[in-house]
Amino acid sequence: MNSLILIAVLLVLSAIGYQMGRKRALAGTGGQIKGLHSLPSYYGSYVALWCALPALLVIAFWLALQSGIVDSLLISGLPASVQALSEGQLNLLLSDIRNLAAGDITSKTPDPMVQAAAERYNDLRSTGFAAMVVVGLALGIGGLTIGWRAINPSFRARPRVEKIVHWVLILASAIAVLTTIGIVLSLLFESIRFFNRVPPAEFLFGLNWSPQTALRADQVGATGAFGAIPIFAGTFLITIIAMLVAVPIGLFSAIYMAEYASPRFRAIVKPILEILAGIPTVVYGFFAALTIAPLFRGFGESVGLDVASESALAAGVVMGLMIIPFVSSLSDDVINAVPQSLRDGSFAMGATHSETIKQVIIPAALPGIVGSVLLATSRAIGETMIVVMAAGLAANLTANPFEAVTTVTVQIVTLLVGDQEFDSSKTLAAFALGLVLFVITLCLNVVALTVVRKYREKYD
Amino acid sequence: MTDTPANDVAARAEDRSAALVRKRYRAERRFRMYGLAAIMAALGMLTVLLFSIVSSGLPAFTTTQVALNLTFDAGDIDPDGSTDPAKLASGNYRGALLKSLRAEFPGAETRKGRRDAINMISNEVTFVMRDMVLADPSIIGTTQRVWVKSSADIDQLAKGSIDRALPESDRRVNNRQLGWFEKLEREDRVKTTFNTTFFTTADSREPEQAGILGAVVGSALTLLITLLLSFPVGVMSAVYLEEFAPKNRWTDVIEVNINNLAAVPSIVFGLLGLAVFLNFFALPRSAPVVGGMVLALMTLPTIIIASRAALKAVPPSIREAALGMGASRLQTVTHHVLPLAMPGILTGTIIGMAQALGETAPLLMIGMVAFIVDIPQGFTDPATVLPVQVFLWADAPERAFVERTSAAIMVLLTFLIMMNLFAVLLRKKFERRW
Repeated sequence: MNSLILIAVLLVLSAIGYQMGRKRALAGTGGQIKGLHSLPSYYGSYVALWCALPALLVIAFWLALQSGIVDSLLISGLPASVQALSEGQLNLLLSDIRNLAAGDITSKTPDPMVQAAAERYNDLRSTGFAAMVVVGLALGIGGLTIGWRAINPSFRARPRVEKIVHWVLILASAIAVLTTIGIVLSLLFESIRFFNRVPPAEFLFGLNWSPQTALRADQVGATGAFGAIPIFAGTFLITIIAMLVAVPIGLFSAIYMAEYASPRFRAIVKPILEILAGIPTVVYGFFAALTIAPLFRGFGESVGLDVASESALAAGVVMGLMIIPFVSSLSDDVINAVPQSLRDGSFAMGATHSETIKQVIIPAALPGIVGSVLLATSRAIGETMIVVMAAGLAANLTANPFEAVTTVTVQIVTLLVGDQEFDSSKTLAAFALGLVLFVITLCLNVVALTVVRKYREKYD
Repeated sequence: MTDTPANDVAARAEDRSAALVRKRYRAERRFRMYGLAAIMAALGMLTVLLFSIVSSGLPAFTTTQVALNLTFDAGDIDPDGSTDPAKLASGNYRGALLKSLRAEFPGAETRKGRRDAINMISNEVTFVMRDMVLADPSIIGTTQRVWVKSSADIDQLAKGSIDRALPESDRRVNNRQLGWFEKLEREDRVKTTFNTTFFTTADSREPEQAGILGAVVGSALTLLITLLLSFPVGVMSAVYLEEFAPKNRWTDVIEVNINNLAAVPSIVFGLLGLAVFLNFFALPRSAPVVGGMVLALMTLPTIIIASRAALKAVPPSIREAALGMGASRLQTVTHHVLPLAMPGILTGTIIGMAQALGETAPLLMIGMVAFIVDIPQGFTDPATVLPVQVFLWADAPERAFVERTSAAIMVLLTFLIMMNLFAVLLRKKFERRW
């Protein structure tokens, strides 16, 4: 909260700078705008930018790095016997120290070493904050002075301000690229650490997945096997079921919407179908677990089939329901983009409407339809909440849709939710799975987007 | 014998073609039916989904109260007769409650009977008694008829979700409790009221005390961060790409990259948040500020794509006119193009925010799944959000939580519908055809 006040103070300062810059520019010409190079507001903005930008940038970096630096300073100040502890124990100790420093009541009387460390922690933090305030304000006032002194009536304020804004715009558009780089680097970095412990061949081709690593050396049955084939197979099975539901329904709805429906029907039904895409996935997960899974189970029992309560079928069908609009709205656009002349030609040859659709329109629109199906597949593979809530946790290698299977996303969530040390093979495995997920969906997306774009160019 | 074989063949061929045409028309009608059936199937499943949520969620908006005669026994609450509030606050209210229950329910003397009696009502009743005494110490020593909240099981019984005809071992309410409850019903001491607790408290282990306010506040804080980060950055990068960027390799890379980023699974953004924000920058776990940053990265492509489309829709004549009047390129954009594109940009932003509001998976990765009983006060307090609250409650086995999960989904959907309606209205009101 205190850093928010500092930022507010800086913003007020830069507003003052704006007024000062304007005044000084106008004073230089005796209040005449005519004698100025730029409009007075540009002089004000110039001073305001000088005042706010450097200070805010430094504060942002400071806030981002502060807690890490304070922690490492704190650790280096602890006795050597403590520093020799394993990372997990050290983290526990650190959180003890932090809790004590924040004034939380602990049940046991704190160890004097922890007590001292907590005091040191508070000291470090308040020193750090004071230093940040001093540096921030100094930069603000310094920037304001530099900007203010530069101003005279012939100063080219507008081009300067526009140059700065231009760079800010470039920076903003680079954030999207930085995000991708961040994703790739963080996944790669953690995956490489994982592959140092588990060979990639075992991960990619192993048939046994049980990621329970031993916490104690003498623990039974927790050797940790990281063969991801059962997970990939489970993901594949659920995705296939989802596509078996979504592709026919989505495609036929799209054909009906584009070719047969009256504009009135279309105007009403299309937005309702789009609702399916807007419902949060956690709702679908709840629906699958609460309504669909028991339904299938009951139905299976009545015909003598053994359907697991977390069957791949329930999760797959509900996921299919969710991706219907992805298939239908993209295919709808694609079918609409087929030129009317093709339809007219086919009608003139005496074909019925359905024959025209089957023999002319679908072949013409096929690349676009394939693209939309690929995009929907990538959605289905990356979908998390439905499978977390409705699919199983155990990695079964099976093609039976009535059994419980698990997926890549389910495993990522179960491996990473809850408290655990960050460095175990178990948590690193989640990043390796994330990398696989990212690569597969990226390939699907790239292919799909290229196909759709090529197709658009063909008829545009 | 005027009929030649040739005519005969022609007549037969005609018959066959008529049959063929009929067949083709049947195929035509069938095909049309398939299309209609597909749409009806999708709409049907949507209806089933909404119906099952609403029908199981509606009961959660009411709650059952029972009237009990509570004896504020002076020996338990205020043994030394002082009126000091600090002393009164630490009185033995549980003892006083147990005495009242013993008087109220015959058979509550035994250890098991006592537990049954306690399980009839919410365990917040002792706090209600304390607050009553603190508000008016003169009630000590008297007996008051007070409407108190029943326990979740009794609530389910009153709503008919627990079948009274089932054998005792199959239901969560035993025969003794059922007998007491039916006695209360006969004496007209049971009433159903609107469940205000659901809207005024945060999560709790006890279903009757669990509410969504904590999650709603958490969602609001998270979305505020998301909006503050993604809206300016998204609009600025759209402006750069659409109005300033030269057509070269670099802008092509950015463009392909944004399109792909829009299709990256949301859980991958969660992994990014975990590795970068939590482990590298050591920001706090479970905090709305981190959740907001992750969701901002996720919604950024949506906002950029929508903003670019809106900017593209502004006709070039506007730009040319402004440039012709001597405006600089930046002035052209900020004074003319951006205001004209704003409705489209805002519509895209609202839709992006609605997506962010419904997102769960990336927030699981950064620890927003903790069980939090306090309403978050700031951006760095541990918090949870509405969809994660739904996820947490969906895991709870009690029937009362199923009800509350559905009710929380109804609240979430209401927010989403309002946001989308607002977006549609905005588009309707400001849409311009050039």
